[in-house]
Amino acid sequence: MLTDRKKWFLKGLKDGIPIMLGYFAVSIALGILARKAGITAAQATIASALIMASAGQHIGFTLIAAGAGYLEVVVMEAIANARYLLMSTALSQKVDPALPLRHRLLMGLWITDEIFGVSVSVEGRLNPYYNYGMAAVATPGWALGTLAGVVLGNVLPARVVSALSVGLYGMFMSIFVPPARKNRIIAALVAISFAASWAFNALSWFDIISPGVKIIILTVAISLGAALLFPVKGGEGRGA
Amino acid sequence: MGHNVYLYILGMWAVSYLIRVLPLTLIRREITNTTIRSFLFYVPYVTLAVMTFPAILSATQSPVAAGIALAAGLALSWFGGSLFQVSVACCAIVFVAELVLVK
Repeated sequence: MLTDRKKWFLKGLKDGIPIMLGYFAVSIALGILARKAGITAAQATIASALIMASAGQHIGFTLIAAGAGYLEVVVMEAIANARYLLMSTALSQKVDPALPLRHRLLMGLWITDEIFGVSVSVEGRLNPYYNYGMAAVATPGWALGTLAGVVLGNVLPARVVSALSVGLYGMFMSIFVPPARKNRIIAALVAISFAASWAFNALSWFDIISPGVKIIILTVAISLGAALLFPVKGGEGRGA
Repeated sequence: MGHNVYLYILGMWAVSYLIRVLPLTLIRREITNTTIRSFLFYVPYVTLAVMTFPAILSATQSPVAAGIALAAGLALSWFGGSLFQVSVACCAIVFVAELVLVK
């Protein structure tokens, strides 16, 4: 059991490296935004280490800069991060049903798009130590990138930030493409998701909807449609 | 501003944590309903695909470089590239492509 934990933690550290690099690059922009919003380096770094949500922090910092009320910030934060409800539900079916509460409480701290995407795609049951390993390297990347953004502005050359930012999307592709190769329905869903997401962005009357809300609307609509049309039988649904 | 920034951060953290932790702690059993199980089976793939495109195209200085990385990332993943390999390859492709595309 102990060696199992260690194995998963170490695997998490390794798989967390691309997340850390991507996070560092992406969160620099968040730090620059925080600075413009009048948030100090310490405050921005603490916010990033705790909240770890790009869209959520972006909206939060923007509202803080505008002097919005506490309730307004909390409500917008909830809307921007609502997709984590779905991710947390999916993870609840991925872990051992007997997993103790303390592990559930800990895992919940680090449900981000990337950590979720990687952890939900493991074979069979998910060991929480995998998530802890990823969080151990990804969190410093996110917090330090934010700090660098506040303190130094554009620390890295633009082309380096540009290259590192795309790594997160590379990760996503390595997660959804292999199952799409094996399963035609998933392949079709990926194509539909790309098209629908593109349409949502292209049509300007959706501009008032924040990116976090677009993600959840599309995810629910497409996944629900697929669930009704192509229900997954028996063991096939297990482990996802 | 008249507001305490740490209180904002605390509020943002608390609401985000509740959203992240409630399903994971409250749903302790396996869901048996086929529709819900199927829905949850499809959610990861759909949400990751929705987040990837077209967002990847505006993540870089040059959308063309990102487009090349997208095509390469899809192909490399299809032929069995690991998470680490695909991620690093996409970064490298954008870096090299932008040396040419971005002055």
